[in-house]
Amino acid sequence: MEIPYAVRARPDTGLYNAKIGIWLFLASEVMLFGALFSSYILLRVNADPGTWPLHLLNVRLGALNTLVLILSSVMVVFGWASLKMNDFRAYKRYQGITLLCALAFLGVKSFEYRDKFNHYEVQLKNGAICDGHVDRANKDTNVFAFEAARMVTNHAELMLPPAADAKLEEVKIPMSEIKDRADGKGKEIENYGPWHSSYLAIYFVLTGLHALHVIGGAIVIFAIWGPLSGLWKTDPERYINRVEVSGLFWHFVDLIWIFLFPVLYLL
Amino acid sequence: MTYMSEHITEHAADGAGHSVEEAKRHKRTYAIVGVALMIGTALTVWASYINFHSRETNILVALIIASTKGFLVAGFFMHLISEKKLIYLVMGFTLFFATGLMFLTLQSMQPGSIVHVR
Repeated sequence: MEIPYAVRARPDTGLYNAKIGIWLFLASEVMLFGALFSSYILLRVNADPGTWPLHLLNVRLGALNTLVLILSSVMVVFGWASLKMNDFRAYKRYQGITLLCALAFLGVKSFEYRDKFNHYEVQLKNGAICDGHVDRANKDTNVFAFEAARMVTNHAELMLPPAADAKLEEVKIPMSEIKDRADGKGKEIENYGPWHSSYLAIYFVLTGLHALHVIGGAIVIFAIWGPLSGLWKTDPERYINRVEVSGLFWHFVDLIWIFLFPVLYLL
Repeated sequence: MTYMSEHITEHAADGAGHSVEEAKRHKRTYAIVGVALMIGTALTVWASYINFHSRETNILVALIIASTKGFLVAGFFMHLISEKKLIYLVMGFTLFFATGLMFLTLQSMQPGSIVHVR
């Protein structure tokens, strides 16, 4: 049985059905991310003074990922336009670059996540805080070793980016100097995972959900580009519509990142 | 190949898509928009390091640049500047509710608000 209006436009809407479908889906996505952005505003505005970090994330990597997603979006529309011009090889080339961009974005994101899970904050008994990246090679259980760390006197100071001339040094802290947790279960040692602070919780939720969208979008684009590309020979119009619909989703993913980047990395 | 081209042009003519000529013309536009988006990204980073003497101004500037970039993506890459009425209707409703959500969030933090959270 033929699915109606998969290629031709419905007379009443002027659109093929998949296009209406993807826009309705994107509308629900706007509300999903809107609710999370709303949570971000609520957490940020109500954060106590000196508890919201500034420039904690690597701005260069965030900017790089923004450029990668913009490039991928350009490649998607180039690919779609190439199909409109009957140039299937050019389409394959452009969408291939899109897929490479998706992999690059996820690669950078996973590097950033790994960096946060290796970033530790250790509270000392004398009130100071040692903050930096853990030395995984250290096997001495009597000390907590940092590859590169800085020492601050209070938590508010930790929320500000290190001064330009600040030196990060290799530090080894004896476990006996580290403050015990209030509940008696271990020491005040915590990495920068989602449990560390409200900022990191919303950061991981927003970027994690966005990364899942990148993965989902890349899988669909790959499927249309590779295994399902035979449709181009049998029903080119329908194939172009599939490319357009998957492209609309991809642009939405790019659009969300355009707002995530300044909100999480710069402000 | 000729058949395919005619086939696609015919499809485009019925209002369900864009014509071959349009696609050719738009490819240049996409490239210009792409470059504009990249310049916008550099501008966002640069503006974030400028001291506007108030945090609110920095936030406002960043959001204005992000919104402009968002408009470029939605308008040109997603073809929203030349879409059908039904899509405008769907997105109009979505924007109305998303804006309402933001308004309620900001309103909830005002003392004396009916949805005050503090």
